[in-house]
Amino acid sequence: MQEAEVKVRKRRLERAIKARTDTVFVIASPGDILYVLAPRVVPMAILLLLPLFVGGYHSKVIVHACVVGLLALSWELLASCGLFSLGQSLFFGVGAYMAGAMDKYLHLPIWVTIPVATLGGGALCALLLAPVVRLRGVYFAMVTLMLPILFKQIIEAWGILGGTHGLSGLTAFPNEWLDKYLIIVAFITVLFGLRSLITSDYGLVLKAIADDDRAVMSAGINIYSRKVQALFIAASVASFAGAFITHHYQFAGFSVFALDWAILPLAAAAVGGTGSFAGAALGSMILVPLSEALRAMGGLRMAIYCAILVFAVLALPEGIFRFLERKYQEFETVIEVK
Amino acid sequence: MSAETLLKVEGLGKSFGGVMAVSNVDFELKRGDFLGVIGPNGAGKTTLVNLITGFVKPSRGKVIFNGKDITGRKPYDIANMGVARTFQMVRLFHNMPAYKNLIIPLCSQRVRKLRGGKYGERDDVAIDLLDDMGFERTSNVPYKTAGSLPHGYLKRLDLARALALRPDLLILDELFSGMSMAEVAGVLPIIEKLNTQGLTTIMIEHRLRELFRVVDRVMVLNFGVKIAEGSPDQVMDSDEVKKAYLGVDVEIPRGKPA
Repeated sequence: MQEAEVKVRKRRLERAIKARTDTVFVIASPGDILYVLAPRVVPMAILLLLPLFVGGYHSKVIVHACVVGLLALSWELLASCGLFSLGQSLFFGVGAYMAGAMDKYLHLPIWVTIPVATLGGGALCALLLAPVVRLRGVYFAMVTLMLPILFKQIIEAWGILGGTHGLSGLTAFPNEWLDKYLIIVAFITVLFGLRSLITSDYGLVLKAIADDDRAVMSAGINIYSRKVQALFIAASVASFAGAFITHHYQFAGFSVFALDWAILPLAAAAVGGTGSFAGAALGSMILVPLSEALRAMGGLRMAIYCAILVFAVLALPEGIFRFLERKYQEFETVIEVK
Repeated sequence: MSAETLLKVEGLGKSFGGVMAVSNVDFELKRGDFLGVIGPNGAGKTTLVNLITGFVKPSRGKVIFNGKDITGRKPYDIANMGVARTFQMVRLFHNMPAYKNLIIPLCSQRVRKLRGGKYGERDDVAIDLLDDMGFERTSNVPYKTAGSLPHGYLKRLDLARALALRPDLLILDELFSGMSMAEVAGVLPIIEKLNTQGLTTIMIEHRLRELFRVVDRVMVLNFGVKIAEGSPDQVMDSDEVKKAYLGVDVEIPRGKPA
């Protein structure tokens, strides 16, 4: 007896779901829903649930990764409108010192210091950098690199804001759960917030500025005011991280202006994949735990860390996120052909 | 057609170092005029466009648009007042889908004002406009990344981007350069139609046959100086123009073909 031949063909789920553009989905089955939601929901669920299972040192690592993650997202927003920044530590430090000063000298509660430092830090940094948004590429980067050093020197020379000793004995979060979950929820909110911002028409204009600023000007858009707005958003995000860390460690000192806070987010974005917020977020979730894991190596820690960075960038120049995204889009199901 | 003056350029000049790229150029455009600007390479045509649209600050002279002095204003201010331009080398957002390129001008202050604060459906407006430019909405061309489109489409996309601003004055800087005959034949009627609908246009062009078909008036620049202005026939009869631009022995296309 002859067996009925069953014809099958492979189908990429991606092709079936995406209709013409990246933002319009056609969802036909529970499988499709799972395909669309899984990469968004699963990592977030892991991040939200992890602190329930690990404690102490490990939850500190999660907090640190989220702080670097916020800085990396802030860097990515500036990069997407063509501003190459080396000054994430400026935004971070301004937020940290603002929250610290309000706590130390004005004795304001945490729920005032953090929001005010977030918006105030954003506004101050946008104001400081407004005159240089005309600069592009390496020239803008140079200015952002110098400003944190300038701030540090001013504090040191004039002995203001605690001088070389910093501001210590600041208010802590009322409990450790609020501490942990504030930064995790903020990180996830900013990640998805910026993602929807950049796909909106507003974000499209920002990306266009990076592409060709003269064409944007000839389309009747004041590119300088748009860049200052982007600076305000990015600086607010990083200032929030700074204000958070001030209350987390109950201390604000020079270390917040250190180059680490500028380089680590940049490295995270580069390893994770520039040009996407998810890449920057993923990069920091990988790099921070990695650098902690390498502590066991002692003196060789930085050498190995750098070697891994170089290897990652050489092996996957598109970034880990883009690589995973591509592989995920190649996911196929077998369907019967009738 | 009202005879109201839309653009007045007075004694406009620009020097780069010691070189006068444009010197002492005067002309006037009434609403609905169609002016062609011709001249040999390096005559200062593109500089003239840059001076009017604010991309280059004039060394001397005045530009008056719609009764307002716009000399030395920022390019985006001038665009918001209603001066749109295309670029000789297309300036587009190559990583975006073609229709998304038009969202940028649709986000401008001017369009927001003209549309009465209606924010939504920018995508629909963009697709409509592209459809008029020959990007058929039923095909996938409007959705393709701008960078992957052929040159003729890019030029039309650049034109669409300028038109999305709903300009009062449209300046086309060598729109036809690099286009095939067929592509030019596709675009020319669009421009003619826009002008008959009352859009004031300045067209810089090297392809004289096509230019003379559509313009009312031609201005000739040579070494930054205006050497002639008038109807295409008048200008082409001028000995100075023949010498400067075409060479005396060249056969000259005359008038609008039947």
